[in-house]
Amino acid sequence: MNEIVSTRTNPMIDPAIHIWGWEIPVYLFLGGLVAGMMMISGYFLFRGRQKEMATSCLTLPLLSVVLLSLGMFALFLDLAHRWYFWRMYMTFQPASPMSWGSWILLLVYPALLANALIRPPAWLTARIPALVTLSERIGTRSATVKFIGIANMLLGAMLGVYTGVLLSAFGARPLWNSSILGLLFLTSGLSSAAAFVHLVARDEFEQKLLAKADNAFLTAEIVIIGMFLIGLLSSTAVHIEAAQLLLSGPFAPVFWVFVIGLGIVIPLIVQSLAVNHKVAHTPVAPILVVLGGLILRFVIVQAGQVSHWTRLFPSH
Amino acid sequence: MARYAMAIDTVRCVGCMDCVAACKTENGVPEGYDRDWITYESTGQFPTLHMEIRSERCNHCDDPPCVGCCPCGASHIHERGGVVLVHHDKCSGCKACIAACPYDARFIHPDGYADKCTFCIHRVEAGKDPACVAVCPTHCMHFGDLEDPHSEVSRILASRNSHALVPAAGTKPQIFYLR
Repeated sequence: MNEIVSTRTNPMIDPAIHIWGWEIPVYLFLGGLVAGMMMISGYFLFRGRQKEMATSCLTLPLLSVVLLSLGMFALFLDLAHRWYFWRMYMTFQPASPMSWGSWILLLVYPALLANALIRPPAWLTARIPALVTLSERIGTRSATVKFIGIANMLLGAMLGVYTGVLLSAFGARPLWNSSILGLLFLTSGLSSAAAFVHLVARDEFEQKLLAKADNAFLTAEIVIIGMFLIGLLSSTAVHIEAAQLLLSGPFAPVFWVFVIGLGIVIPLIVQSLAVNHKVAHTPVAPILVVLGGLILRFVIVQAGQVSHWTRLFPSH
Repeated sequence: MARYAMAIDTVRCVGCMDCVAACKTENGVPEGYDRDWITYESTGQFPTLHMEIRSERCNHCDDPPCVGCCPCGASHIHERGGVVLVHHDKCSGCKACIAACPYDARFIHPDGYADKCTFCIHRVEAGKDPACVAVCPTHCMHFGDLEDPHSEVSRILASRNSHALVPAAGTKPQIFYLR
């Protein structure tokens, strides 16, 4: 028997830490989604296919600015000392993933705005006519477009990986303490972004291409989740206990049903049938993928806060 | 250089919570919050049970993950004795340091910043013991400099068996519990 009784009752700390509510999972999801969008639109810019990929290259960049701003607002709401947020921009702390993230976010905005400027939408140019000349200057130079494409892919990858590294750098929370979490969140962001294009694209070619890409991302995501769990299960007792939270513990129903089943496996089957012309393309599968990506962030953030080092071994 | 540490005698400690009350009074810790606390840990099978009573707080780790993860540079190691502290006016309340601490020793102060035990550095710099140590009625707590082999804490750790909390978490905690 090993029973621990503590007189400590700190708010948000006891009995298990619950410092991060809905704000952080929503931010991590939106950050990952924007990362995926930047990589997809950046790739098509780099390949010079921005004209045929209208949704990826026209809708995604401006939408990303809005989604990322919403995510950063959620992050702002999470801060306990909100009006001191600018302190993050008074320093750079190389050992802090959050510090890296706050500076990466600052670089992401100009890359997204440059991307959006290549083909600004009509409603925007009608209000700001000067954008037309600016857009002509950027958009007609293929080297500049390619550079913007590379910048979007690189910064998108950094943003997506950072959302996972942010959590994986916390050695004190065994569930998060896996370096593959960065890759998992990036892949999940790519699959959500591809699903989004699949959902809203009007052009059939673009819709099908992104559905195919989404199937590849979803397959990779399943493999990465498998590796994430194998890594934890083959580690120390605290890591095994952390993995059990998802596999058979209190988070198992949500993890298996919403993340794995409805979020990955079922949409993967439906989309595979759709791209092989066995069933029609419907919004069901991509909507499930996007929701699955959101629920993945919630499950990982909440279960990670429950996972712990203490209270497992007798201290004496 | 000094390396401040504590040695706490779990055989003498009766869990009276005087250390907790002293800390709250000395540091104005808000109601409902604790910078230090008592843990009762029972192990074994009836009838051969063993109980350890511990006065716990921030371990002022030698390799503190709460300092490295801070994006604002608010969480820092004090120039004297390796004491881990927080600049309240630099803290954005992002809670990364709370997630980083395997001991859950930190909390968010009602005013918004991350707060924790300071080893009563304001008292130590004035030549006094931390409030929890000074007030202990069983004299079970010893504070001092590990770098000085003649300090009370060095001598007692050399002569008695002790353990730190969750050393496997890799943070090199500096509070030692005497068995």
